[in-house]
Amino acid sequence: MALSDLIDHRESTELLDEFAKREIRRATLAAVAIPGYQVPFGSREMPVARGWGSGGLQITLAVVHDDDTVKVIDQGDDDGVNAVNLRRLVTSSTGADESSIASEATLTQSRHRIPEDGLDETSILVLQVPVPEPLRGVERDMRELARMHAEADYSRMWVSLYEDKVRNGVITQSTGYPCLVNGRYVVATTPIPRWDIPRLHDAPFLTLFGAGREKRIYAIPPYTMVEPLTFEDVPFEVENSDGACCALCGKSESFLVSLPNSTTWLCSDTDWCARQRPAT
Amino acid sequence: MSDTFTDRRFDVARLAIPDWLLKVEGLGKVYGPFDDAVINSTGPGPETAKSPLNGSIVAAWDVSFEVAPGEALGIVGESGSGKTTVLRCLAGDVTPSTGAATIRLGGNDLNIFAVDAAERRRLRVDTVSVVYQDPSEGLKMNVTAGGNIAEPLTAAGWRNFAKIRMRACDLLSRTEVPLNRMDDLVRAFSGGMRQRVQIAKALANSPSVVLFDEPTTGLDASVAAGVLDLIRSLLEENRIAAVVVSHDFSVIEMLTSRCLVMHHGRIVESALTDQLLEDPHHSYTQRLVAAARS
Repeated sequence: MALSDLIDHRESTELLDEFAKREIRRATLAAVAIPGYQVPFGSREMPVARGWGSGGLQITLAVVHDDDTVKVIDQGDDDGVNAVNLRRLVTSSTGADESSIASEATLTQSRHRIPEDGLDETSILVLQVPVPEPLRGVERDMRELARMHAEADYSRMWVSLYEDKVRNGVITQSTGYPCLVNGRYVVATTPIPRWDIPRLHDAPFLTLFGAGREKRIYAIPPYTMVEPLTFEDVPFEVENSDGACCALCGKSESFLVSLPNSTTWLCSDTDWCARQRPAT
Repeated sequence: MSDTFTDRRFDVARLAIPDWLLKVEGLGKVYGPFDDAVINSTGPGPETAKSPLNGSIVAAWDVSFEVAPGEALGIVGESGSGKTTVLRCLAGDVTPSTGAATIRLGGNDLNIFAVDAAERRRLRVDTVSVVYQDPSEGLKMNVTAGGNIAEPLTAAGWRNFAKIRMRACDLLSRTEVPLNRMDDLVRAFSGGMRQRVQIAKALANSPSVVLFDEPTTGLDASVAAGVLDLIRSLLEENRIAAVVVSHDFSVIEMLTSRCLVMHHGRIVESALTDQLLEDPHHSYTQRLVAAARS
């Protein structure tokens, strides 16, 4: 197909032109083909500032179809200002439907959480990534970073885990815990908390990570091995809220967050929480 | 005249050793284009390493030697003589222009100049270690002493935190670093202690070959003596083949039994170390020894 055939001369409400979509889809396909590998892409200007989900938004707009149902959450909240605005932007410009229920959504864009339930083989999860490079904390030279990934030389990452354990007694890294994907590439699982890491392992859904400012896309395809980096004798632990339960639904098996300056805990995933409460 | 110099003494340093572990043959490093004429226009005879024909710098040429396990070979010379170039070629930091360096690994001979960059880095993890003059080249300053040692261990596949700690403790106590400093940043250490940590790191995966580049040059005399003592006993204990590069005869005298003298990129004399110091034959060596003795 010639490039000129791609141009749709009809008036369009879409934010991305066909060239931009093709660029992002190509990068996304490469990312799925090489699980965990960071694929560079030509990141476009978006009507949100870089750092506010422009990478996730570009992936969503490039893969969304008008028969998709879109869910957008900020933290675990469907009604956060950023989530509402991104959802409006996506549905109004593409004609896709919206839903807050993860099992109804075919495309879920998230900052920080994986929904507590409902993602299956028909789901795509898009994550807005601030820092896609897991080794950024230990090395700044881009060429050296490329070499370390190419040779799977992750000893510096292990040293940083060793240092964390020595200094703090436990491994303190909370969001963006480094994971080995498909036994090959270490990825930054930022922005999700440790709680959600075990749910990435062998997950039935496709996870796409988009970093707009850093211009990188990477992916975890369905049913892929995801291992958090941890020493044999230091088991990986998720966040622990010690017997706390949600003040609204009373459940304790979800990821809980505490209100500032209080001992009150609430479910992070607001939609899941609402569905746990008896109908009034 | 140095170009007509012939040594009647038996050339012990180039003596073929049956049980060699490291064998270097015809190592050369030239910066710039070169041919026979360029090579012949440099060296101790013309008294220059920079060719008057085309400006190429012949940093080292025709360097050959063998080292047995448990033995240390010295390379002496003034700065600019090419000794550090030889060491950096062996370490993989510099790509040599010509020659071969073979390491005997469990019966297999491996030419380390013929393998690709990734394989050479793997060799650096468990087979060939380097102790640099400046500890900041070999260590990460904002990482603890234990963390620095954990790096080669994790690179070699160690994944057990307790075992890594125990190995780091063992290495640091062997290099006489107080164990209560193990979890301090290397930045906070004195020069002598940094050098001990660097030696501990170099020994982490029990390498067969260790290359020392001016290991005590930055240290004061009493600390240097302690570090030299340590290196000597570690080399003997671990049956390591070592190459020690230094301009300092006291270092060479203490660590090595045989040594080579380099001048303008060439080996000009080779002998048993005590022989060389007592009875230097080459005029350049005589000058070096005289300068060291004065």
